[in-house]
Amino acid sequence: MTLKATPLNNAHRALGARMVDFGGWDMPVNYGSQIEEHHAVRTDVGMFDVAHMCVVDIKGANVRSFLRGLVANNVDKLQVSGKALYSCMLTPEGTVIDDLIIYFINEEWFRLVVNAGTAEKDVAWMNQQNEATNAGLTITQRRDGANAMALIAVQGPNARAKVWEVIPQAKEATAEMKPFNVALVPGTAFGEAMVARTGYTGEDGFEIGVAAEQAEALWNALNAAGVKPAGLGARDTLRLEAGMNLYGQDMDETVNPLDAGLAWTIDLVSERDFIGKAALLAKGQNAQFVGLILREKGGVLRAHQKVIAANGATGEITSGTFSPTMQQAIALARVPMGVNVGDTVHVEIRDKKLAATVVKLPFVRNGKILVA
Amino acid sequence: MSNIPADLKYTESHEWVRAEADGTVTVGITEFAQDALGDIVFVELPKVGASFTAGDDAAVVESVKAASDIYAPVSGEVVAVNDAVVGAPESINTDAYGAWLFKIKPSDANAINGLLDAAAYGNVAH
Repeated sequence: MTLKATPLNNAHRALGARMVDFGGWDMPVNYGSQIEEHHAVRTDVGMFDVAHMCVVDIKGANVRSFLRGLVANNVDKLQVSGKALYSCMLTPEGTVIDDLIIYFINEEWFRLVVNAGTAEKDVAWMNQQNEATNAGLTITQRRDGANAMALIAVQGPNARAKVWEVIPQAKEATAEMKPFNVALVPGTAFGEAMVARTGYTGEDGFEIGVAAEQAEALWNALNAAGVKPAGLGARDTLRLEAGMNLYGQDMDETVNPLDAGLAWTIDLVSERDFIGKAALLAKGQNAQFVGLILREKGGVLRAHQKVIAANGATGEITSGTFSPTMQQAIALARVPMGVNVGDTVHVEIRDKKLAATVVKLPFVRNGKILVA
Repeated sequence: MSNIPADLKYTESHEWVRAEADGTVTVGITEFAQDALGDIVFVELPKVGASFTAGDDAAVVESVKAASDIYAPVSGEVVAVNDAVVGAPESINTDAYGAWLFKIKPSDANAINGLLDAAAYGNVAH
């Protein structure tokens, strides 16, 4: 099978990236040292090719009403143009089809950004719901074809300043913009740019969307301005330290989002009905999603390792790694109800059972370690 | 092309093996292996005195990305381990052929001749 490539594929190869098959996409895992790229984002600025993710524009007379039923978070939290919302889209059984960000442009246009591997099924599901509810909306994926867009995430304490240096027109539109907001900036050297103050690293920064054919020029301009290219390896350690879920690993269509630390994104309070709500109310929460820090030498925490609570009940690590910021093995884990922050649990690593401490997520935010 | 010293022997699982004058063999992981693993953060070595059959799991090297078993390239008894590398796992990244893992006294002195030479390993490591 031929791997899919983003518009930045040649740029990665020119930079000597180590390329890997990431869910069918030919993507950079690092450009030398994953740990150096990680530290660059925590202390300065780095950038990621996230053009494998998919922009989906939903346009029409009643987008808000459609999204009220489609996603688990409440789009009525989006009252001011430019505001963004993180949400899950659920199956009728209350499991996770995908997690996504919704950007409110105006009442006739909401923009979604969905995961790479799920984009096709997401769009098919949205189209199916569009027909089933007679919403009459136009749902357009913006990853392939004539109107394709590409996303570049610029992240780190110096990310915004660097972006303003490379795209001066963005400064006026975004200097006062709060986190989790977006601006559409026309007339830049790279055409119209979508500049969102969002990310997946626990640092400040922007996710920038431009027309696919402008992506390489933007990437090279950022690189020339001193923004360090960072691969999917660093992206994973950064998001894990930031306590952010990864679709396909921490949750998927077999997982109840209430058991995946996503209750904060699910609106069970308002009267509004949405797909999956009845199932979630019936099932409730049956496990909790926590952070673990390994306290004994003996390996690195990894996905699928077994977690054993003091009373013998078991859970599982869903994502684990060695934290470059903390210099310790850390993990996201689904553990039985009743396990508390501060408890010691044991993790099976090869032939050993090693002690780990349960902590509240996130581990790291804005360059600072928040757990001990 | 990775650095593959001509004076060493190799395995298909990317260990390098050096025959020492005292009849022992020294084992590490190749430049190709360290590069594929990325930043190495943990090493677990066997105990001195442990006996292995060729192909047994003898050590573990973990990078940020993944865990990798290191196999005994020949049968025999572990006579020394490199504790320095446990304290500085990243030394494998910077000096794969210097940062050895363990030494084995082979049960068959000729066993090392059955391993890959540099040219043959070059066909594996790409």
